[in-house]
Amino acid sequence: MTAPAARATAPAGDRPAAFGGVDRVPAPTAPPDFAALHASPEFTALRARFRRFTFPATGLFLSWYLTYVLLAAYAPGLLAIRVSGAVTLGLLLGLGQFASTIALTLVYTRWARRSLDPAAAAIRQSAGERG
Amino acid sequence: MITAQAQAGVGDPALNTAVFAAFVLITLYVVYRFNSGGTTADDYYAAGGRFTGVQNGFALSGDFLSAASFLGVAGAIAITGYDGFLYSIGFLVAWLVNLLLVAELVRNTGRFTMGDVLAYRMRQRPVRAAAATSTLVISLFYMLAQMAGAGAVVALLLDVHGAVGQAVVITVVGLIMICYVLVGGMKGTTWVQIIKAGLLLLTVVLMTVFLLGKFGFSPSSLLEQAAANNTNGERVLGPGVQYGQSPTATLDFVSLSLALILGAAGLPHVLMRFYTVPDAREARRSVVWAVGAMSVFYLGTLVIGYGASALVGSERILAATGRENSAVPLLAFEVGGTVLMGVVAAVAFATILAVVAGLTITASASFAHDVYANILRRGTPEPGAEVRVARLTAVVIGLLAIVGGILANGQNVAFLVALAFAFAASANLSTLLYSLFWKRFTTTGTLWAMYGGLGSCLLLVSLSPVVSGAPTSILSDVDFAVFPLSNPGIVSIPVSFLCGYLGTVLGKDEADPERQKEMEVRALTGLGRQASPRAR
Repeated sequence: MTAPAARATAPAGDRPAAFGGVDRVPAPTAPPDFAALHASPEFTALRARFRRFTFPATGLFLSWYLTYVLLAAYAPGLLAIRVSGAVTLGLLLGLGQFASTIALTLVYTRWARRSLDPAAAAIRQSAGERG
Repeated sequence: MITAQAQAGVGDPALNTAVFAAFVLITLYVVYRFNSGGTTADDYYAAGGRFTGVQNGFALSGDFLSAASFLGVAGAIAITGYDGFLYSIGFLVAWLVNLLLVAELVRNTGRFTMGDVLAYRMRQRPVRAAAATSTLVISLFYMLAQMAGAGAVVALLLDVHGAVGQAVVITVVGLIMICYVLVGGMKGTTWVQIIKAGLLLLTVVLMTVFLLGKFGFSPSSLLEQAAANNTNGERVLGPGVQYGQSPTATLDFVSLSLALILGAAGLPHVLMRFYTVPDAREARRSVVWAVGAMSVFYLGTLVIGYGASALVGSERILAATGRENSAVPLLAFEVGGTVLMGVVAAVAFATILAVVAGLTITASASFAHDVYANILRRGTPEPGAEVRVARLTAVVIGLLAIVGGILANGQNVAFLVALAFAFAASANLSTLLYSLFWKRFTTTGTLWAMYGGLGSCLLLVSLSPVVSGAPTSILSDVDFAVFPLSNPGIVSIPVSFLCGYLGTVLGKDEADPERQKEMEVRALTGLGRQASPRAR
């Protein structure tokens, strides 16, 4: 379930990371060459992948939220329509915001664990950092 | 008999006080037992980065769910119905900004404060000064609202009505909070947040399940009953009771919604929480757990709010001391008698205490780390001095909060929280996003965006009906309210983004390409997150 290389100090991933001493290994004597890393194909691929997911996802949830807010502000009659018993369309749309928020949270986490964490760990390793 | 109770206060003040005292004793013990132990800045500000994502997720929701959420949102739902629910949605959806764009990158590029991230590739001193200014302004506004709210809750739950009595209680609340921060540092404060979040969620879930059970697990019949017992009738089931009164009110609502959704990712005390976990992956998990906890909470407040309308009725709520803030306590009394009432009272207090403690540690960290260590001592303070300054600042800020809370007691303070969100969305979010994602962004751009956002917010609010020209204004006798909206976000957020752009394009300075590359690599990979060269 966890990306094995993502954490330097707590291999099981779910344990409290109470190993402060281990965390503070001295940094490699030569600082990483950030300019070279920045230009490396591995990094540009990671950045592109990150942005390809998060930017459209942000646009999506923002516009869905704004649509909902504008409906609530300027079409209150529409949201007051009863769908089932006293449950109105507005309540269902509001709960829909909850559902979409939870769904996007889970989708992103799953995606990040598979697509971001291993790539980031690989770049850290190539720069000489443990994990 | 119940009506008499409602007017005299709610429940049994002695019992309420006892439950609250028990909470304080337990948390003080926990804070003492689990205090940071060390005196390094890392221990004091960030608990050594040793919390797990799950723990920090609960602490985040503990920090975020203030008394305004517990009593305020549920009360708003009880009175205005759907319009109160709109708050909950904004507060929750806002966390997606944190999840997708902010949490992980902030964790990877900073150590203790928001200033660490913003000053990473900029000129240190001016940017840190701006970041500290905005952190202090936002935290103080937020804190005033909490402390003044404490006065209102006290009047309601402990039956303390005199101004002197309330001042004493506010002082006690402030002193306990200072103890938490001084003794516990970030570690102790985080544990207080976790305990508080657990209590709050448990209470909300139990009340929700009980209420649903009372209506045969049929939300529809609960809603019918809520509409029947509300003076607004059927209209509480759809939007518009509060915000549909005039075109200005509607636009005000849109403005508020913008501030809510864009503000959460710029609140300094939320950002600082991301440093209490070891890496970006745990920061991400923090947000996931926070979203989970808050979804449960806000769904619960929806049921509790409509439940209060159904079982207590809007007229009785508005007639009680504390008006709509009394909806939840009255409902608790209605369904669980004085015992449940005592629990709700203690949870409301715990909520205020914990949120104020979180704000205090954030504000003191920003002053000690950004202003003292990096501006006055140019990044090389004497060993131990920074934490000493932080503790001293925490005491000063705590005392300020006490005095401010006593002065603001009884004022119309609901706008203070909304205003803090508008500040955060205008001054902080724009600079954070530019700094993380726009490589040309410069020091001038940062300063313009921060001060432009803060300044336009302050200006618009002082020219709004909040300050003058309406019966509910702070200065109700004069009228210089040329800006019609109480929520400045719809103007000040775009202004801040525009200022950041113009400052960058027109300013004479150029971005530092080496630092920019370094920051970008570190933000996405977490490289070198333990040893940051200049952000110390």
